Amino acid sequence: MSAGSGGRAAFSHKTAEIAVAALLLLLGAIAIFDSARLGFAWGEDGPQPGYFPFYVALIICVSSLVNLVRALVAGPGKSKTFVEIGQLKLVLAVLVPTAIYAALIGWVGIYVASVLFVGFFMRWLGKYPWWKVLAVSAGNSVVFFLIFEIWFVIPLPKGPIEALLGLN
Amino acid sequence: MEPFALSFRVGVFLLSCAALYGAAAGPLMAQQSWQPSKTVEFIVPAGTGGGADQMSRAIQGIVAKYKLMKQSMVVINKAGGAGSEGFLDVKNSKGDPHKIIITLSNLFTTPLATNTPFNWRDLTPVQMLALDQFVLWVNADSPYKSAKEYIEAAKKAGPNKFKMAGTGAKQEDQIITAAIEQKTGAKFIYVPFKGGGDVAVQLVGKHADSTVNNPIEAMAHWRGGKLRPLCVFDPKRMPYKTKVTDKMAWGDIPTCKEGGLDVDYLMLRGIFMPADVKPEHVAFYIDLFKKVRATPEWQDLMARGAFNQTALTGKEYADWVAREEARHVALMKAAGFIAK
Amino acid sequence: MDEIQSLLHGFAVALSFKNFALMFVGVILGVIIGVLPGLGGANGVAILLPLTFAMAQTPGGTTSAIILLSCIYWGALFGGAITSILFNIPGEPWSVATTFDGYPLGQKGRAGEALTAAFTSSFVGALVAVVVITFLSPIVARFALAFGPPEFFAVYLLTFCAFVGTSKEPVFKTLASMMLGFALASVGSDPVTGTLRLTFGSTHMLAGFDFLIAVIGLFGIGEILLTLEEGLAFKGASAKINFRVVLETWRRLPTYWKTSMRSSAVGCFMGIVPGGATPASFMSYGVARRFSKDGEKFGTGQLEGVVAPETAAHAAGTSALLPMLTLGVPGSPTAAVLLGGLLIWGLQPGPLLFVEQKDFVWGLIASMYLGNIAGLIVVLTCVPLFAAILRIPFSVIAPIIMVVCAIGAYTVHNAIFDVWMMVVFGVTGYVFKKLSYPLAPMVLAIVLGDRAESSFRQAMLVSQGELNVFFSNALVGSMTALSLFLLLWPIVSAAIAWVRGKRSG
Repeated sequence: MSAGSGGRAAFSHKTAEIAVAALLLLLGAIAIFDSARLGFAWGEDGPQPGYFPFYVALIICVSSLVNLVRALVAGPGKSKTFVEIGQLKLVLAVLVPTAIYAALIGWVGIYVASVLFVGFFMRWLGKYPWWKVLAVSAGNSVVFFLIFEIWFVIPLPKGPIEALLGLN
Repeated sequence: MEPFALSFRVGVFLLSCAALYGAAAGPLMAQQSWQPSKTVEFIVPAGTGGGADQMSRAIQGIVAKYKLMKQSMVVINKAGGAGSEGFLDVKNSKGDPHKIIITLSNLFTTPLATNTPFNWRDLTPVQMLALDQFVLWVNADSPYKSAKEYIEAAKKAGPNKFKMAGTGAKQEDQIITAAIEQKTGAKFIYVPFKGGGDVAVQLVGKHADSTVNNPIEAMAHWRGGKLRPLCVFDPKRMPYKTKVTDKMAWGDIPTCKEGGLDVDYLMLRGIFMPADVKPEHVAFYIDLFKKVRATPEWQDLMARGAFNQTALTGKEYADWVAREEARHVALMKAAGFIAK
Repeated sequence: MDEIQSLLHGFAVALSFKNFALMFVGVILGVIIGVLPGLGGANGVAILLPLTFAMAQTPGGTTSAIILLSCIYWGALFGGAITSILFNIPGEPWSVATTFDGYPLGQKGRAGEALTAAFTSSFVGALVAVVVITFLSPIVARFALAFGPPEFFAVYLLTFCAFVGTSKEPVFKTLASMMLGFALASVGSDPVTGTLRLTFGSTHMLAGFDFLIAVIGLFGIGEILLTLEEGLAFKGASAKINFRVVLETWRRLPTYWKTSMRSSAVGCFMGIVPGGATPASFMSYGVARRFSKDGEKFGTGQLEGVVAPETAAHAAGTSALLPMLTLGVPGSPTAAVLLGGLLIWGLQPGPLLFVEQKDFVWGLIASMYLGNIAGLIVVLTCVPLFAAILRIPFSVIAPIIMVVCAIGAYTVHNAIFDVWMMVVFGVTGYVFKKLSYPLAPMVLAIVLGDRAESSFRQAMLVSQGELNVFFSNALVGSMTALSLFLLLWPIVSAAIAWVRGKRSG
């Protein structure tokens, strides 16, 4: 990656390859397990419910195994960086708030969570003055509220604050 | 508040209770003690475009047109897992008076076929809106003129020769097919498709030998001379006398029993609420649907779909549902459709 | 020519001031619906259906009502491309294939060109489809009747084989990714027996993994995470935002006329069958990549790679209304809702609709011409506006996009669980992209997996387990053979090259 090349590696490419292949192998195994429960034979009138998931999962397992072995035998000499620490920090700076945002939706509703999320981004990453932060983040939620709740009458998750304002 | 409001409320409350327990709703019911205080969610445990979806959106349109409710009503489709998604949502909304659900036969079939943990007893029965009819259809080019001829031909051809196309797996269409098989000894290949329209076209295209489409799903092709109705799975003939084709009205189709096929089946189009709601909540919706059913739009909808217009409430409705459930258990057990 | 007369009469019906205003309202609403993922065309039409209920009862009202609803549909078809090109987030399922070349174009600062190409090709596709509907409807309706389960399976197989087969990524990674897509598609109830599969008793998994959630996560969120590595900015902010870009692109578009024609044909075929607009866009993209002289460069930002899927998607979306009107079979979820609308208004779709409801049918067909012109005008005038969105600073627009994605994911099943899944898919997209696991085959597998399996097993029920049903008549046989040929083409072409080399050497 171009930006900040030469930074320290958080993970090597090899580690990432191994982790992904192993995870897919596990997923495949779980799917095989459930398909076996449903029956994966070719019955009198065509395949049983587990037939397709079983073979699909089998192919996932076999190809992941190949990918895993390839990753393991790859020489350490030409091992590239998967992600540098500086990059990872940036990615996590967005990913963690996003995960918190997703969790907040269930508690305070999507509109309030969105105000906090957009506001956090603008203030923390964009260093905007507070009035701009407030205007954009609140304005965004109001616009979506109008579009979804009022125009298209699609109820989105709402929390205690909307209940207080009598909006739900 | 007016001075007599309190006593009036008590009166209405008693009346509501009376209505709930099976008495006919009196004229006083028009005055309500309870009104929805926010948007009412109308859950459809099926996809957009199907029969239940059409009916719920028509109701939504009627409610909006005649301003039958102060708050608005939104239709929400929760079709996942053969409707389990919708039923579980309502089951988990105990005591919420702002949620109603329209049901199909999947109210009975889905928990039995998939082991999903819900039962109609987890819900509060509100109102039976109508019963949907099923008609045995064959392609107009086929030689069969009556249900008897067709079943005889299917029996003579041997098992797994005649193809019955239907909507969904282990749902109403397949249950009727299973009931026919159990009664007559004929054995069909049941081929499940996604929607009723697709099923009808498969029969027109001769990819199947018969279907048990609802009237509205096959009507256009009947009128176009592509399909032939053999019999209706209602114990009584349909009451609609207006000619649909040049020669026939819905009422001219013989019942299956008349035609020598002793199978009957009607599908519930009914409204339920979450458990633990108060009687006045139920009374409000009973009254609402009473007004809906009185509109000309609803009458049109009933006539077009050739519905059976039985509409029960209260205990009669609950008893009907209980009987139907027992019948589904028996039919599905015999057909081997019940999940282990 | 009866059709021309009927059509002129149709224009007379459709061209009232009220209907004209409804067209523009519909198109603008449709574009908004198309831009927001999750608020799909089907959703939008379904929501407005009750509103049209009262409208349909006035004389000529059914025509006005269907004009409003169908214009929402056109608008959504147009609008889906916008976020695909700007942010790699498909607003509608059928604009996934548009991201493949549209987004790289946007990143190069050529968003204006890509948008113009997308809108114009949509219009061309729709126009071809409407002409087909106008003049060939009786023949086409009979053609659609020939499709039973084996034929449908062959259509899906053909889509798949047209799209895959020329992947540059490592074979085993492609396989793993594609099969993961199929596995995800099979979660939920089994289409043939109704048993629950791979749900592990979780109520969240009952509805399965919706294609849209996977796509929003894999493409949209994944792309934002990738962008972040290189700093807090979007590329492509230098996009030209004047109206001249439209005219310049128009000058270049005629050179792709072959791609346009091919894609229109693919789209009409898929719409009539009905196979759907999303498979049509994938199939058309795959076909264009094989036949184009720049096929190698597809995926790096080729205008042709935007033209192909957009033409086909719009052609399919439009021609899907034909089986709806003549047979009562909806070709797409949106068509299913429109069909419900017709039934509610008291119109009975089917062979007799064209005879008994001449005013309605021809008014609708005339409105298809007019509605698409209205749509093109609306979206083209907005091209500079859309392209300017890329100039909004990253730290403002990125969280807003995330919010839009979250709302989109939520509205699919009204479930917060899906918002979580979107985040998981986002991380998956980021990691897969970096490890060169291809995402497109996975997405295609999620789209087609369910339908392909249903038709395959329906066909097996019909034939009682005999595989030769896929060669049982000329139609299904030729489609199956063509699919296998396309799938094996890389091997075949290698063999030909080898033989030639031997001869000359």
